[in-house]
Amino acid sequence: MKFLISLHINPAVLDALTDEEKAAIGDGHSKLIEALKESGELINTLALVDPSQAAVVSVGNGQPVVTDGPFLESKEFLGGFYLIDCENKERAVELAARIPDAAIEGLGVEVRQVMFADGQLEA
Amino acid sequence: MTAPDIEDLLRELTPQVLGALVRRHGRFEGCEDAVQEAVLAATVQWPAEGVPNHPRGWLATVASRRLIDQMRSDHARREREAATATEAAPAEVPDTDDTLVLLFLCCHPTLTAASQTALTLRAVGGLTTAEIARAFLVPEATMAARISRAKQRIKAAGSTFTLPGGVELEDRLRVVLHVLYLIFNEGYTASSGSRLHRADLAHEAIRLTRTVHAQLPEDGEVTGLLALMLLIHARRTARTTASGDLVPLDEQDRTKWDRALIEEGIELVKAALAGPALGPYPLQAAIAATHADAATAEETNWPQVHALYLILERIAPNPMVTLNRAIALAETEGPQAGLALLSTVDGDDRMAGHHRLLSVRAHLLEKTGEAAGAYEHYRRAAKATASIAERRYLESRAGRVRP
Repeated sequence: MKFLISLHINPAVLDALTDEEKAAIGDGHSKLIEALKESGELINTLALVDPSQAAVVSVGNGQPVVTDGPFLESKEFLGGFYLIDCENKERAVELAARIPDAAIEGLGVEVRQVMFADGQLEA
Repeated sequence: MTAPDIEDLLRELTPQVLGALVRRHGRFEGCEDAVQEAVLAATVQWPAEGVPNHPRGWLATVASRRLIDQMRSDHARREREAATATEAAPAEVPDTDDTLVLLFLCCHPTLTAASQTALTLRAVGGLTTAEIARAFLVPEATMAARISRAKQRIKAAGSTFTLPGGVELEDRLRVVLHVLYLIFNEGYTASSGSRLHRADLAHEAIRLTRTVHAQLPEDGEVTGLLALMLLIHARRTARTTASGDLVPLDEQDRTKWDRALIEEGIELVKAALAGPALGPYPLQAAIAATHADAATAEETNWPQVHALYLILERIAPNPMVTLNRAIALAETEGPQAGLALLSTVDGDDRMAGHHRLLSVRAHLLEKTGEAAGAYEHYRRAAKATASIAERRYLESRAGRVRP
């Protein structure tokens, strides 16, 4: 079963962390990625740039309008994701719990099963 | 021979050659790599140069050479050992079929079901890592890591290349059958992605189950599983519309069902039911056979289906079986009886929020005329499923009963 584990970050929370804490997050991700590669459960993982670098695109009257910055006046943004293929939802939750972000107040880790996938899969 | 014929031949020979090599040299991991390389060499050479007179011997010789090369490069000090192996390398492998032993090895209990499945398809099915990766819609690197880890685990478990005996044989056979059924279902229930590759999985599962059945013709569970697969597979063209929408059993065009497969399946069911012990697969096959026997949905022998589910529920209790029995009960005693039975599985954790429970309840509510309840449950079921085809079907049912 395929699951998307999405990482919901809050830049303010991340900024408030010490350098050691930030390094521990990076280290935790590296270890998890290694383990997932070894077990054959990792399909892909991506990290996204800071939400302040986002562009929001909308089309009105056929004319695209592009504005800088994140979409909503929200505190949490998508920071990245893991796409995994594992035995069942329990296993996906177990893996998500190993993501360092899950242990930090103000950051969120969400697990959802994939319903359809296409694109990178055909050789 | 045409390329597809060669492909069939290779699938048949792969486990035999691998079995012979493992029997001779041990080290499953190395043998498996060597046989894969020999098979790849054959797929390139045979279509161009013709199939050799002794294809099995050819594969065994090429694989043995690869294995020895590999042993040489592994450890220089093993060269002497490798040289001995060269002398002993058989031109023709012994005429025993080790497919069953290989299946038992690939379905080793220390592996996860996903790894057992992948390793079985590669070592016994003779599929390449790329083919397996495509069938399961994951990148090749992901599948390669999974297969390599599975091989390491088998090595670490230190299992010998022999058939276990007694109770262990029964237990291991059950795992093998479960893995074959998982492969079949992966091919059968595919609703999105690369349809063609997945249909191959159903074919492969049937082929492997036929192999097991040929070696254990007296085993009722094996016979029952083969029958079940054939009877379900017989409906494949009637199961979806041209645009890929699901067609439920009672609305399928039964003239599209494959009669040859159904007849073969029914014969196997009879054989399985004649045996001393009655297990879950023959019972499920008998239920599928009862459906196959009816020329129209209205002619279905529902009392028989219900009786079979009742026995299944006793020998292998499971809320999903009770849920299926509720459908049969609703047909014989009315939707209220079915709904009453459904309420007995509500408290089961495995069923909480399950889309099957929601959709069956929706169907039965629809039959009692409770449109609002049916609408609500169809909508919830549509949200709970992970299949796009199923979601589309459930949403359309919801649309039909919308109050």
